Amino acid sequence: MPSNKSVSDAAITQFINCRILRDHRLQRDDLWVREGKVLDPEKLFFDEKGYADKLVDCEGSIIAPGFIDVQINGGYGIDFSQASDDVSSGVSFVAKKILQHGVTSFCPTLVTSPPAVYHKVLPQIKVSDGGEHGAGVLGFHLEGPFISVEKKGAHPEQFLRTFQSGGIEDLMEAYGGLDNIAMVTLAPELGGSQSVVKELCQRGITVSLGHSVANLSQAEEAVHHGASFITHLFNAMLPFHHRDPGIVGLLTSDQVPAGRTVYYGMIADGIHTNPAALRIAHRAHPSGLVLVTDAITAMGLPPGRHTLGQQVIEIQGLHAYVAGLNAAYQPPTTCSACTKTLCGSIATMDMCVRHFKHASGCSVEEALEAASLHPAKLLGISHKKGNLDYGSDADLVLLDDALNVEATFISGEEVWRKGP
Amino acid sequence: MRLVILDDYDLASEWAAKYIRNRIIQFKPSAERYFTLGLPTGSTPYGCYKKLIEFYRSGDISFKYVKTFNMDEYVGLPRAHPESYHSYMWNNFFKHIDIDPANAHILDGNAEDLETECQAYEQKIAEAGGIELFVGGIGPDGHIAFNEPGSSLVSRTRVKTLAKDTIVANARFFGNDLNKVPTMALTVGVGTVMDAKEVMILITGAHKAFALYKAIEEGVNHMWTVSAFQQHPRTIFVCDEDATLELRVKTVKYFKGTNNNNSSVEKSSLT
Repeated sequence: MPSNKSVSDAAITQFINCRILRDHRLQRDDLWVREGKVLDPEKLFFDEKGYADKLVDCEGSIIAPGFIDVQINGGYGIDFSQASDDVSSGVSFVAKKILQHGVTSFCPTLVTSPPAVYHKVLPQIKVSDGGEHGAGVLGFHLEGPFISVEKKGAHPEQFLRTFQSGGIEDLMEAYGGLDNIAMVTLAPELGGSQSVVKELCQRGITVSLGHSVANLSQAEEAVHHGASFITHLFNAMLPFHHRDPGIVGLLTSDQVPAGRTVYYGMIADGIHTNPAALRIAHRAHPSGLVLVTDAITAMGLPPGRHTLGQQVIEIQGLHAYVAGLNAAYQPPTTCSACTKTLCGSIATMDMCVRHFKHASGCSVEEALEAASLHPAKLLGISHKKGNLDYGSDADLVLLDDALNVEATFISGEEVWRKGP
Repeated sequence: MRLVILDDYDLASEWAAKYIRNRIIQFKPSAERYFTLGLPTGSTPYGCYKKLIEFYRSGDISFKYVKTFNMDEYVGLPRAHPESYHSYMWNNFFKHIDIDPANAHILDGNAEDLETECQAYEQKIAEAGGIELFVGGIGPDGHIAFNEPGSSLVSRTRVKTLAKDTIVANARFFGNDLNKVPTMALTVGVGTVMDAKEVMILITGAHKAFALYKAIEEGVNHMWTVSAFQQHPRTIFVCDEDATLELRVKTVKYFKGTNNNNSSVEKSSLT
């Protein structure tokens, strides 16, 4: 049949035999893509009298929006916090590898580092679209150095900082600039931090609370000034206390301004958070849950020792611990996991989605949205990412019923497919 | 007329779908000679559309050389509104079959000039060679398309104000809020449907029984516009048992009897 499209001559792809995640439900419906965006087929039919040029048979798979990882420190031997001369090839390498986990956009994360590292690394990476070359870069997530000493976790103490000149100047001095930054994690109990929160939010940078000993009112004040995320809930913050719930209390705080949502990152690798704690958080505030990997250099690598920022870490199975500055340090093998300092995870995003669904008992739709829609809303990009609405970028992940990744698409083009 | 009575809604839908399928197949449509089909919307034909989609999926039928003309559309309702007849036809039929979008015609209730739109529609039907088979339903007030009681029986495609009965009947699609239901519609006229070579009216459910009685057992009357088809040479009324509840036993028995002496067209319908 002759083509009669009046709006564009670009090829139209129709994904058939699939279940798509739309309006928070998995629906048996076809997905149409043109010029890298999800297309409204009804408009195509009636306005343009157009139809598909190419059919992709999904053989019953689920099509979800591509996953978005807002906290990933590296992987496959690459450490984003290493001050190398060629950071971009490292970021590109990881960006390509994570396609197989269904991740189509991510925020390369830097842990607490000296200014020299930030000044060298930050200018080398720009916000960029994904494609065959790898997942899209949404901007850096700078976790530190303006965090609490008591809750530094695996961050190197000597590079922690406080706000001296009272504000954004400290950030500019530490980081060297604020371009291509998607998110900053800081501790809101630090003096002078509240005005920084406000300024960062005004510049469109997401502010996250983490590695902090803030009480609930300090956290609420930060939210009032614009903070909208909690970095790896439960980890590196005061534990929930019934008379002062601390940062955890934000999940059910009544001080959150109307119309705003506080999101919280969850490392659902089965190690960073006990499944019961994961369930408490999920049940208290399901719409705020954002799955993150907090993946480190060792993700994708075999067991052994690797570097993370300025420190050395040790891999044992799915666990990653601080090995200590002394290269001869041997972690006691009889120690239980909770007394060792965790430092990021080596679980992949699709593993986190599966584990989250299993541990929380949530629906498939909820599990998928925690890795796509919620991070997109957190970063304020849900008008084009994180969903399959008409006009959104066609970043897709095809999954089987057990939520294993079968194929990944960016802008409607296949960028990874599982081998036979 | 022929009155075909099936036990229930599903069987009536299946019979109607098979009839349409067989008519198209026997017509042997091609690029030079399209099969023109008039189509309704609403809850009654829903089952029939589902069956037609099944026939398409199993390879029994193709809509490649079929041109369709819908009966009506609301005025002023955005085309993308879930209750517009465009949405209905897209979701329940067009998106599942292989019809060429250029051959699927529906009146545009948001046209700049509604009258011109109506005249252009009549023109398109004429250019397509007239309607081979017009499928329709019946309202509880006996209307065909939106030809409300009082419509001229020789009317053509035009703008109509909807009757209270119709607005009330449609309120369930608009959250039961009478204020949200459109009050005007574009509709093919009674005369437009009468011009078709063959007309098939689907009527199911007890709430339509009185309208069916008025349409076929009383006289031709502009208050029950479906009655106009008493004067059409080839009309089939397809209904379920519930729709016959207001008919005389004699009428029902007669037509059930004739349906047992099948012509070859229906023989294949029942298989």
